[in-house]
Amino acid sequence: MLIDTSTIGLVEVEEGTKVLPPNLIITSIDKVVNWSRLSSIWPVTFGLACCAIEMMAAGAAHYDFDRFGIIFRGSPRQSDCVIIAGTVTKKMAPVVRRVFDQIPEPRYVVAMGSCACSGGIFRTYNTVQGCDTFLPVDVFVPGCPPRPETLMEGMILLQEKMRKEQARWSMWR
Amino acid sequence: MIVEVNMKFPYMKMDPLAIAERIKEKFPLEVVDVVSFRDQVSVIIKKEKIVEICRFLHDDPVLDFDHLRDLCGVDYLGKKEPRFEVIYHLYSVRHRHMIRLNAQVSESDPKIDSVTSLWAGVNWHERECFDMFGIKFKGHPDLRRILLPEDWEGYPLRKDYPLKGPEKEWSGFAEVLEKAKKYREFDWEG
Amino acid sequence: MEKVEKILETRELNVNMGPQHPATHGVLRLVLEIDGETIVNVTPYVGYLHRGIEKLGESLTYFQGLPLTDRLDYVSAMSNNIGYVVAVERLFGIDPPERAKFIRTIVGELSRISNHLLWLATHALDIGAMTVFLYCFREREWILDLFEMICGARLTVTYPRVGGVRNDVSQEFLDSLYKFTEEFPTRIPEYETLIDKNRIWLKRTVGIGVISAEEAINWGLTGPTLRGSGVQYDIRKHTPYDAYDKVEFEVPIGTNCDTYDRYRCRMHELRQSNRILKQCLEKLPPGPVMADTPKFTLPPKDFILKDMEHLIHQFILITKGPTVPEGEIYVATEVPKGELGFYFVSDGTGKPYRMRIRAPSFVHASVLSRLCVGHLVADVIANIGTIDIVLGECDR
Repeated sequence: MLIDTSTIGLVEVEEGTKVLPPNLIITSIDKVVNWSRLSSIWPVTFGLACCAIEMMAAGAAHYDFDRFGIIFRGSPRQSDCVIIAGTVTKKMAPVVRRVFDQIPEPRYVVAMGSCACSGGIFRTYNTVQGCDTFLPVDVFVPGCPPRPETLMEGMILLQEKMRKEQARWSMWR
Repeated sequence: MIVEVNMKFPYMKMDPLAIAERIKEKFPLEVVDVVSFRDQVSVIIKKEKIVEICRFLHDDPVLDFDHLRDLCGVDYLGKKEPRFEVIYHLYSVRHRHMIRLNAQVSESDPKIDSVTSLWAGVNWHERECFDMFGIKFKGHPDLRRILLPEDWEGYPLRKDYPLKGPEKEWSGFAEVLEKAKKYREFDWEG
Repeated sequence: MEKVEKILETRELNVNMGPQHPATHGVLRLVLEIDGETIVNVTPYVGYLHRGIEKLGESLTYFQGLPLTDRLDYVSAMSNNIGYVVAVERLFGIDPPERAKFIRTIVGELSRISNHLLWLATHALDIGAMTVFLYCFREREWILDLFEMICGARLTVTYPRVGGVRNDVSQEFLDSLYKFTEEFPTRIPEYETLIDKNRIWLKRTVGIGVISAEEAINWGLTGPTLRGSGVQYDIRKHTPYDAYDKVEFEVPIGTNCDTYDRYRCRMHELRQSNRILKQCLEKLPPGPVMADTPKFTLPPKDFILKDMEHLIHQFILITKGPTVPEGEIYVATEVPKGELGFYFVSDGTGKPYRMRIRAPSFVHASVLSRLCVGHLVADVIANIGTIDIVLGECDR
């Protein structure tokens, strides 16, 4: 059945999304998929160093990450995202890479803190100078350690990035 | 059950110089020097009888050094001869006194006897000292690298080791970098 | 019959736990050798957070080395700073003014409370009590706000300085601290009602990880982990530093040497810390907060901006470091986790020739192989929790 859209009352609620009262919504798949993905980012519970404490604080009652749909998962196989919270050492790098490799696509990396971004104050023999040397990082959150608000800002930026994606759901991507 | 105590009972604290004197009396040939700095006394000793000296300090009822606070190495490259020193910080929980033993270890023969038979907690300290300085502890039950990976080259806390590490990357990390480079083409670019 | 026994032959199973595991408090890795559900052997692997702080400290001056100590035990950064500055002050031979000593005691005890709260939160979360986590973080945020009031940072504070503290505390801070000390004792029973007599909590903690007093000393345990076994060893009492000899407090000692007693010890320590805070607030003397020893301490910031002499003085101290007497020194302080010792070898220049950090977590992690044997797999988590380790300090 073809619907003649010129005669019935389609209301454009935002760019690219139209609503036909009472409850028919017309939009692109990109938009639906991205929206559902960004509203439930599940990071791995993976703390490395100091920043992990601030990550925990962000997850606890006071800052409450849950309201963004961010719930920490114990297993990388159930997660969408990994927050590299802390200094990555050379001994730890293979483990971090393995955790990242276990996350199913689409996956995202947030480098939290100066150490994960650039090595921070530790220019030593066993410190990796920024985890972007071996991971595709999406968002860099600076600070030593970043406050929970900063981490939240980082996650909102990640959501913005996810909102702009096109056809990442498709099998021909 | 929890008891709350004020710890105001009397105790027999010995002067550190008197402790050094006792060690000197007992082992006159082993003690090289006694140095006092800011009320702390270091007894510099030869390494050969380290276990005997430690056993004496541990078992003597007046000294009673039951707590080994710390064990670490120091590298005196170009400053002192022999090159290394292994430092023992001993403390008596009952008598509240402390002494420091500096055992000299030469570069040509970086070996010293392990004291794990006296203090169980020293196990990891000795492993760390081996990891950082390459000093081998004879009689240690499980002498492996502890902080760095097993196949790491060099001993970082030696003075001739560069702070930023050697030119050659550790093989495990080099592998990760290579893997990341290989997988980069599969990354989604949007 | 014999044949059946031969077919049902059993052998030990190796299970890897960590470094990515929610309950290992960071990046600890354990290899468990288990026979059914019973632990036969545990091999801890550490070093996944080894950043080379000791080596880095040798290349920095005594002033620049201070921020490194924040990153050791990041749960109680303030206590680590205090441990460092107390050691450096002993080496320099300077004495901070009274007011600075009291302020340090205040922030040290605040940091002890926040550490024990985080310990209780994660320990309870690991064992299965989620609510405690949320309650504890409520008070912890309060303490972090207090820290923010004095130095602007929440976690890595770098507030104490060699010869005193960075800046004087404000009246506003003292008022909020007073409010905190009044309010906090009413919060402790809230956690206790949640778990103290909880049947699951008792089953999971009573009789788990028992270590006798002699053995605990022999293993080198310190802090509440040792005091849970009934040993009266507290550096605040043995060799008092800062203002600990001017305040009255008791040290809780356990009798059963198990996980539950160590938990009770820490809860009592929360109350004692609060008591110390109250006394410090009462006794806080007026005066300067920085020692007046121009050879070793930095001049006040106001003078640097106005005065040429002070600027040059600051420049020399920062770039070259102070001229330090030659010698070696080991100073231990009681941080929430146990005995934190700094061992400096000075060769007369502005940089330490050797900086050694004796971290309590490093020793505590080694005792895991002794504590877990004979218990069930689930008790490994309780044992990791009870010794209170932070891997940043363990690996340095």
